[in-house]
Amino acid sequence: MTTMATPTQNQPTTPATPAPVYNPKSESTTVKRIKSTIFHVVALALVAMVLYPALWMISASFKPNSEIGGANNALWSANFSFDNFVTAMEGIGGVSTLTFFTNSLILAVGAVVGTVLSASISAYAFARINFPGRGLFFGMMIATLLLPFHVVIIPQYIVFQQLGLVDTYVPLLIGKFLAADAFFVFLMVQFMRGLPAELDEAARIDGAGHVRIFGSIMLPLMKPALISTSIFSFIWSWNDFLGPLLYLNTPEKYPLPLALRLFVDQTQSSDYGAMIAMSVLALLPVLVFFLVFQRYIVEGVSTQGLKG
Amino acid sequence: MTQSPTLSRRAASAPTPPRKSRRRGADTRAGYTFLLPWLLGFIALTVGPMISSLYLSFTNYNLFDAPKWIGFDNYATLFQDERFLQSVGVTMQYVVFGTPLKLAAALAIAMLLNSKRKGQGFYRSAFYAPSLIGASVSIAIVWKAMFGDSGPVDQGLSFFGINLGGWVGNPNMTMGMMILLTVWQFGAPMVIFLAGLKQIPTDLYEAASMDGAGPVRKFINITWPMLSPVIFFNLLMETIHAFQIFASAYIISNGEGGPAGSTLFYTLYLYLRGFSDFRMGYASAMAWLLVIVVGIITLIFFKTSKSWVHYSGDAK
Repeated sequence: MTTMATPTQNQPTTPATPAPVYNPKSESTTVKRIKSTIFHVVALALVAMVLYPALWMISASFKPNSEIGGANNALWSANFSFDNFVTAMEGIGGVSTLTFFTNSLILAVGAVVGTVLSASISAYAFARINFPGRGLFFGMMIATLLLPFHVVIIPQYIVFQQLGLVDTYVPLLIGKFLAADAFFVFLMVQFMRGLPAELDEAARIDGAGHVRIFGSIMLPLMKPALISTSIFSFIWSWNDFLGPLLYLNTPEKYPLPLALRLFVDQTQSSDYGAMIAMSVLALLPVLVFFLVFQRYIVEGVSTQGLKG
Repeated sequence: MTQSPTLSRRAASAPTPPRKSRRRGADTRAGYTFLLPWLLGFIALTVGPMISSLYLSFTNYNLFDAPKWIGFDNYATLFQDERFLQSVGVTMQYVVFGTPLKLAAALAIAMLLNSKRKGQGFYRSAFYAPSLIGASVSIAIVWKAMFGDSGPVDQGLSFFGINLGGWVGNPNMTMGMMILLTVWQFGAPMVIFLAGLKQIPTDLYEAASMDGAGPVRKFINITWPMLSPVIFFNLLMETIHAFQIFASAYIISNGEGGPAGSTLFYTLYLYLRGFSDFRMGYASAMAWLLVIVVGIITLIFFKTSKSWVHYSGDAK
């Protein structure tokens, strides 16, 4: 980079004939090409390394058991088959994998609906309404971002247990409807603060109240923030393990991560292939989401500082 | 439009100053109404539980009998509990080695990708992917299989004449495996680093090149200081995040923290104490110690940040 910058910058100042201008230029393009090739070789090698575990997982899910742990570590097996998936779909303990899928879906959709509703409403109060105590509450909301949530799980469990709500989805979803994920509230506050203040001032002069300003001006403009929130809240809920582990104890109600653990516990290493096939199935929606929304996801992280 | 009937009626009935305060009153009411979901959640799911867990941490409570006040006994017992001390050691190792390695990988790849070349979007997405799936049970299972006896990692190493006989069952190797799992998820901080690198004006680098500065000097004198707020943000978030690792430790060790307690992470021990042994008071004391430690670390980060984090006004 350093060596290339000097000749190109000298070009306009030196009154050169077409030939000398052309020569350094073609030289620098070859240098550029070599550098770009090196870049792509290094970057692709790193990508291969980073994606290897995921590729290994997918390839192993199509291999017969005997080939997974053994000396044959080729990513593609000659004995390619869907047998592992057939076994995995049967489920565990008399509950089919489809049921676990449905449970995960109910929890994830519930999480998205609850989070989008509650976080956007609360964020509007923080970003757009002036009222005493706002600064204080905002500070507290930020503080909960840094708080290890383990400090609240024991009393929460005790309360839900006394209310007879253990082994229902209520403890897993109620926080979503009460904007307990401070991250999403913060994200939406930041986003709303970026929208021009003239918008709501004009609406106010026209006699619109906060409900109208929020519903017909803010919400439509907040689409990017709402989409990021939906994607992440879906994926986090889909991958969540601790919550269901604490609150659910009937296998019929298990979401996939818990079913997967049950599968591991009961089959141990006897059916490796089915275990890995089920892992693939459990990640399928996340992988599909990623492939479809990857641009959105990656840009959402960089602009809003989300965690994976 | 401006002279709507309601507005003029209000203007007629009241002089100007009260009208303003009436609007302020309406704003206050609206503010608290809109804040209601968060406020309810904050009181019922955060503040309330925090107070009761502080209380429980001074009691013996098994979920079935009434809590019995025992003062500081839980805290005193903790420091004689070898499993607790082990969990502290395991977690500290993970935080102290895993977090800087992960951030170094994130920064290195971000710098590699911070140039105008074809395929940057693809690389960013590919490197980010593990961050999205890394904390899942599926990946924990895959990790266990990959690092197990004669798994692909073992096979790969034996090609170089290294024979470890699997990482999963070897207490000296499990931490390395867990750290590799967190480093593998460098994508999230990487994307944030990339956004930060894009904010650094290129003329700074050009000026440094003219003065004959090499890549190392440019990194020390431009990249590091200009990026320091982002480095600080990532360091803080990743450290706090690392203290709370749970799912992968649980799956890889079959929920027991083995072998020989080498994956007995703090949160896993807290879970076992609270929800397997039903020692809710003891687990609450552990939770509060975690809050205090994370609080102290956050404070130290913020205090020391003044000496190395630069917020410059002209850097947009």
